[in-house]
This record gives sequence, structure tokens and C-alpha cells, in this order.
Amino acid sequence: MRDIESLRLNQTQKLRFEKALEQLDFLSAAANSNACVAVADTILVDHQDGLLKGHGTTDFDGELVATVCGVVERVNKLVYVRTLRARYKPETGDIIVGRVIEVAPKRWRLEINFTQDAVLMLSSITTGEDIQRRQTADDELNMRSIFVENDVVCAEVRGVQHDGSLHLQARSQKYGKLERGQLLTVPPYLVKRRKQHYHYLEQLGIDLILGCNGFIWVGEHIDTKDDMVEDQVAKSEQQNENPGDNFSKETYTSVEIRQNICRAANAVRVLCALGFNITADVIIETVKLSNSVDIHEMLGPEFYVLVAESEVERRRSSKRI
Amino acid sequence: MEFVSPEGLRLDGRRPMEMRQLRAKIGAVDKAHGSAYFEMGNTKVIAAVYGPREVQNRSQQLNDQALVRCEYTMANFSTGDRRRKPKGDRRSTEISLVIRQTMEACIMTHLMPRSQIDIFVQVLQADGGTRSACINAATLALADAGIPMHDLVTSCSAGYLNSTPLLDLNYVEDSAGGPDVTVGILPKSTKVTLLQMDSKLPMDIFENVMQLATEGCKAVANYIREVLLEKTKERQKFHGV
Repeated sequence: MRDIESLRLNQTQKLRFEKALEQLDFLSAAANSNACVAVADTILVDHQDGLLKGHGTTDFDGELVATVCGVVERVNKLVYVRTLRARYKPETGDIIVGRVIEVAPKRWRLEINFTQDAVLMLSSITTGEDIQRRQTADDELNMRSIFVENDVVCAEVRGVQHDGSLHLQARSQKYGKLERGQLLTVPPYLVKRRKQHYHYLEQLGIDLILGCNGFIWVGEHIDTKDDMVEDQVAKSEQQNENPGDNFSKETYTSVEIRQNICRAANAVRVLCALGFNITADVIIETVKLSNSVDIHEMLGPEFYVLVAESEVERRRSSKRI
Repeated sequence: MEFVSPEGLRLDGRRPMEMRQLRAKIGAVDKAHGSAYFEMGNTKVIAAVYGPREVQNRSQQLNDQALVRCEYTMANFSTGDRRRKPKGDRRSTEISLVIRQTMEACIMTHLMPRSQIDIFVQVLQADGGTRSACINAATLALADAGIPMHDLVTSCSAGYLNSTPLLDLNYVEDSAGGPDVTVGILPKSTKVTLLQMDSKLPMDIFENVMQLATEGCKAVANYIREVLLEKTKERQKFHGV
């Protein structure tokens, strides 16, 4: 996104920012002093015991050589280079956010920041219906009523097929089309795989989905009922309500919510530009920090410095414990 | 014309074996997956890498390796006389091809089957040695994009004027019509991936000139490596553990 150098920091801000950087330097120095490698650097290893060459390494004249820029990681015998800023590498079970780029026979193609487009089969999604059944030709014709081109969709990685294509699935109510919000793209290394990728920020009334592929969705909160305990009676009652009233409710987002969405989105933008890890907690903290400034000022130099300082504070306190 | 003065200085004040000042910056194009800006003296180029991504033209898709594409353009304002050049002229098509082949030699294309990598290089200011500068910029941009490579390809030119081998020719020396050798190497294994020469040179002198250019390539490689390492360290620092 934005470059830090393009920010017009004034003299005091520059000093404060440099001080924050120094402290970051100091805090990270102990953990890994010289684990960083560039392309074609030799990685120092003991050749005595068995060695497993992992991703981002290759053998050259009996030496282990890095093929990408990143950080050397060692797990028992395995040595690999963890890349910073590379394209997303999918793993089965990842929760991702993608954009539909094509409606093809029985499938949608999604852009998910991978080397290829991902495939979402019609048969691997649950439609709103109650009963499970085979997908018919009619369903295939009605595919555009579910997702069309440029829709933002949330799904789960199902796995890589034999032909090398990546398949997705969306077999729950929580997956599916995302509406009324913003999609942000950040480098995938900033989002860590966790148990929870869906977050409902109650105090802001917004949903936050941190896709493992670096696509982050910030949108209005939508109540998703667990499809296992769906109440049939309640559903039929809902349908009897005035349809016109329902329509206006569904398309209108209050100004307050919209402002909150913008705040959260700007928080993500700032964190991404500074290259800090992005988690729900950090985003909430950044939004809290922004309460003293206007939404548009969040992208100004002063707020960048504030965020950097608070990150230093956060890391320091986590270190003490 | 005298290209090397009796004191042993060239037209721009360099010694015969001296390179121009190098400057590099990673991350020049926001939307690209990897990008870099590279300067060799007054030659300034910008490179952007997109991909690996889905192949745009299905018929070109390769099932065992990635497709590498390259486009070289010169900005209208890059040369002394502002001239509108057609996009697909022969010179730029040839240089596109050269850069593509050089980069293909170092990218581990077999790791990214059924995908495509696009490299766009643009010359912002031309002062001789544009193809070397473009290759260096493209290497940096590819490394920034996190694309696995065997080695960092670097390139440098050398010439032979006034019976002196000269390193890293500028525009005036380049247009003198003397021999101009452009070399691209993989510095780790010292393998040559690119070798081009205009006009003729005797065998023994050629070896000297090429040796000089190879030394230049190694100097560029050291610099590029430093820049990459610094950027990686910075990113890691911000990212934390």
C-alpha cells in the first residue's frame, strides 16, 4: 500500500518515528540477529546429522543455499526459509476471502492471490435451502443468482486436486457472499493462521474476516444463525413479514456503522504500510487509538507515528510477561 | 575522438576500470507484486513484476513450468531528443527477449507450473547500458516478489576504446561505435547467461574485456545483495516474531 517514505513527517515526528524504530530494533535483536538471508546466500548448517531441505532452499556444491529472501527457520532437522512478501501458499482448511472473476460451467473461478485461480464448485457450497440434494441443471442455470463476477466471497480451502487445481468449499452459513463492507489486500505474511479468523467487533458493530491469503474483509455485522439449530418456525415467520420493510433493512447501513468500517479499514491500511502483524486485537487497539482523530487523519503522518509507538509499547509489555 | 585522456581519465571523470555510481530501491510500484528502481549513473530504470499468476492466454499455458514474459519500454522523455517511438519497435522487442531469456535462466520455473510471471521494465533515463540496468532491476524486483531463483543474475557492460578496456560505458562512449560487450552472469557459480557484443575484437583482448565486465557484474551482485538483505531485515524487524 503506502510507502513510509512518501509520508511527510515533520521534524518532531521524524525523531519520534526513528526512536520507535530503534526500540523495535532493540526488541527484535535478541530473538534473531542474523537469521535473515537474501537470494543465493549460503545457510550455515551442521552436515553431521541428517538434514531436511525445506522450502526456499536448494543444494549447490554441497552447500545449502537460499532461493528466496526471508528468515531461516529450523525445526529439528528441517531447515527452510520463511519468505516475507511472497504470494499466498494455500493449506487445506485455510479460511480465505476471494473475488469471483468468472462464472464457468458448474464452478466459479476466484482470485485469491495464489499462482492460479481457485475453483469453487457449485456442488461444494450450501445454498440457503433446508434440504440437501443433488445439484440439477436448473441450479447450474441459476448460478448467477448466487455469485456473479466481482462478488467478494469467503470460503475454505478444500485441497489441491490431482490436476494441480485448487478447490474451495463453502459448506456452512458463515461462508458465502460478503456485502456492505470493504475488501483490503495486504501481504499474506502479515496474517497468521489461527483458530479464529472471523471476528465480530461488538463495540463497533462490524464483522472482520482475516483471510489467510491476505485479503481482509471489514463489513457490517450480519447475524448468521448456526445452520444446525435453525428454527423452522422462526424462519417461516420471518418470511411472512412485510417484504418491503425487509428490503430497506437489508440495503441500508447506518452512518455510524459506515464510519466504524472506515476506521477499521484505515487501521488495517496503516498497519499494513508499517508492516506490523495484523490480528483482531491489534486492529481494535488501533481503532481505539484513532478515537482522538478524524477518519481521514488516520492516514496522515501523525497517526502512523502513534501506531508505531503503540506497537513498541505492546511488544515491550508482552516481553516483560 | 579522445575517450581516455593522457592522465587516464574518461570523459565523465572516471578511471577506465571504474563503475558508475549504483543506487537501488525496492518497492517502487505499489500495486505490483514486486518492484524495484535501479540507477547506474544517469541510467535510471524501473521494474515491476506481476505474478506468478493465472495464465492469461490459455494456449500458452505450460503444464510443467511457469511462463515468463517480459516487456521493455523506453519512456518518451528518456533520451536526449524527445521522440515518440512505436511500442513494438525492433530494438525493444530484441531487448525484451534478451531480458526474458536471462531471467528465465535463474527463475526456478518448475516450482510454479501453470502460471505466468510478467516482468515490466521501463527506462526513465537512458545513458548507455540500459539493458544491463534493466536486468539488474528485474532481478531485484523478482527477489522482492518472493519468486524462488537459483541465483541473482547481474549484468554489466564493458568496451574497448583508445586501446583501453573500459568498464560500464555511458552513452557517449557507447555511441562511439567501438566494441561493446554486455555480460550477464550468475555470480554464485560464475556462469554466463548473457553475452552480447557489437563489432569485432581480437580474441586475447576480448578475454580481457569480458573479464572486466564479469568483475563489474560481481560488484553489482554484492551491492544488490546488500540492498535485499537490508530490506529483508527491515521487514522482519517490523513484523516481529
